[in-house]
Amino acid sequence: MNKFKQHSVLPGFNLALGFTLLYLSLIVLIPLSATFIRASALSWPEFWSIVTTPRVLASYRLTFGASFAAALVNAVFGLLVAWVLVRYRFPGKKLVDALVDLPFALPTAVAGIALTALYAGNGWIGQFFEPLGIKIAFTPIGIFVALTFIGLPFVVRTVQPVLEDIEAELEEAAATLGATRFQTFSRVIFPTVMPALMTGFALAFARAIGEYGSVIFIAGNMPMVSEITPLLIITKLEQYDYAGATALAVVMLVISFIMLLVINLLQWWTRHRSALA
Amino acid sequence: MSAIAISSPGRNRNARATTESAWIRRSLISIALAFLTLFLFVPLISVFYEALKKGLDVYVAAATEPEAVSAIKLTLTAAAIAVPLNVIFGLAAAWAIAKFEFRGKSVLTTLIDLPFSVSPVVAGLIYVLMFGLQGWLGPWLAENDIKIIFAVPGIVLATIFVTVPFIARELIPLMQAQGTEEEEAAVILGASGWQTFFRVTLPNVKWGVLYGTILCNARAMGEFGAVSVVSGHIRGSTNTLPLHVEILYNEYNFAAAFAVASLLALLALVTLGLKMLVETRAKQQEENVGEH
Repeated sequence: MNKFKQHSVLPGFNLALGFTLLYLSLIVLIPLSATFIRASALSWPEFWSIVTTPRVLASYRLTFGASFAAALVNAVFGLLVAWVLVRYRFPGKKLVDALVDLPFALPTAVAGIALTALYAGNGWIGQFFEPLGIKIAFTPIGIFVALTFIGLPFVVRTVQPVLEDIEAELEEAAATLGATRFQTFSRVIFPTVMPALMTGFALAFARAIGEYGSVIFIAGNMPMVSEITPLLIITKLEQYDYAGATALAVVMLVISFIMLLVINLLQWWTRHRSALA
Repeated sequence: MSAIAISSPGRNRNARATTESAWIRRSLISIALAFLTLFLFVPLISVFYEALKKGLDVYVAAATEPEAVSAIKLTLTAAAIAVPLNVIFGLAAAWAIAKFEFRGKSVLTTLIDLPFSVSPVVAGLIYVLMFGLQGWLGPWLAENDIKIIFAVPGIVLATIFVTVPFIARELIPLMQAQGTEEEEAAVILGASGWQTFFRVTLPNVKWGVLYGTILCNARAMGEFGAVSVVSGHIRGSTNTLPLHVEILYNEYNFAAAFAVASLLALLALVTLGLKMLVETRAKQQEENVGEH
């Protein structure tokens, strides 16, 4: 078994793998590594000073804070929506189920301008917050709203199949043994969906960190206050500061790779869990 | 025993101990629907409301002015190139990964997913660093009078990048689940590789291909961040529909911006409708296979 490939009677392995690797290299791998090589032209102190200026640090805090808050809200409500869709019947359920994917299908720019119009001081929703002195659009709260919209389907769609697969016998056994419904939920059902819930949270969080289109319209984009890191990359690019843009892109890429690793581990955990069950 | 006392019509007797009381059920449904209404349905409705607020004339004018038409054309062109290429890539990748055992398979699967975790802005930037005037190939391209960045090829490349994984990630688990017995039988009976692929494999995964294509197309036509970085926003020439929405919006031409946005929202609704249809069909096919 020390060979690269196990024997198979099927043809086409070399062609298929060769094309896959060529395509992936040309479109993804070479441009990505070019970015890292380009950044390595900077010395380490130069790189470090670019990626830690106060304005950049403020953008990390905002990007991560708003993404985390949005992913958290999506974890709570995503679990609830998945639960309601799997367990209960109500009129219009099929339509609601289909519309959960709307944030995947709706272009981010459309979501951005729609949410801005809604949450502005004179908007349908914003007008209720204006008298309370709460501004949503053009503040970090607006960014949180946009990121919540973008991340909504992730938790629902990762938790839903796991909830569907829970066998009724488990819950019946718990009930027979005298567990209350709340105990059954917290001790039997919740631990089963936990890995999927965390995967959904991580997916929503990862998506939110890189998000641009839906955020820039509602953010206000004030330096130090409501400027996200992807926007800062564009700002640097427009000022022909290629070294600065590249350095920030490398930081974002490293974060993406870490998130990808975390998500892979969580997915492995999910599969491992359901294989045991 | 309190759980048993609650009557829940329409469910069998055994299920009673494993569901919630009616008022809990009703309040959970209400909270979930309220959340979805606030975050999904109201924004969707508002797009169409804002688009039609100034009347149908303004709407039609915004959707048919020359710049909008050229944006529609460019969006369709980019999708028409990116989607078929990613379908071919998806089929090739799934064939290699699902039908064969080789080293480094899980690394390859992860690499295919990579574009989904890269910020769209970074996706655009990497092509600027490759092909832009300051980029690696920039001077050579300029000498030979080839424009990629701030031109249509850059937009197509950025679109391909952000949509690479869609079809492959749909097909890999599907083809893995189907195994290799049918293909092996075809080959042993004397079919050529291409015959096996077109007559055995492709019919088995056709709903998966269609499903991935629908999602890939929606993203290709709606991509904003990556395309925005490489486009240069030249009106009437390198503007896609989402970029056209941005320009109109930044000019405070809200009615026109929402009119163009509503076209994209319609595309999203059609996408969701088709997706539902394909899911139903795929389920039927699965059940039919199960019966035989």
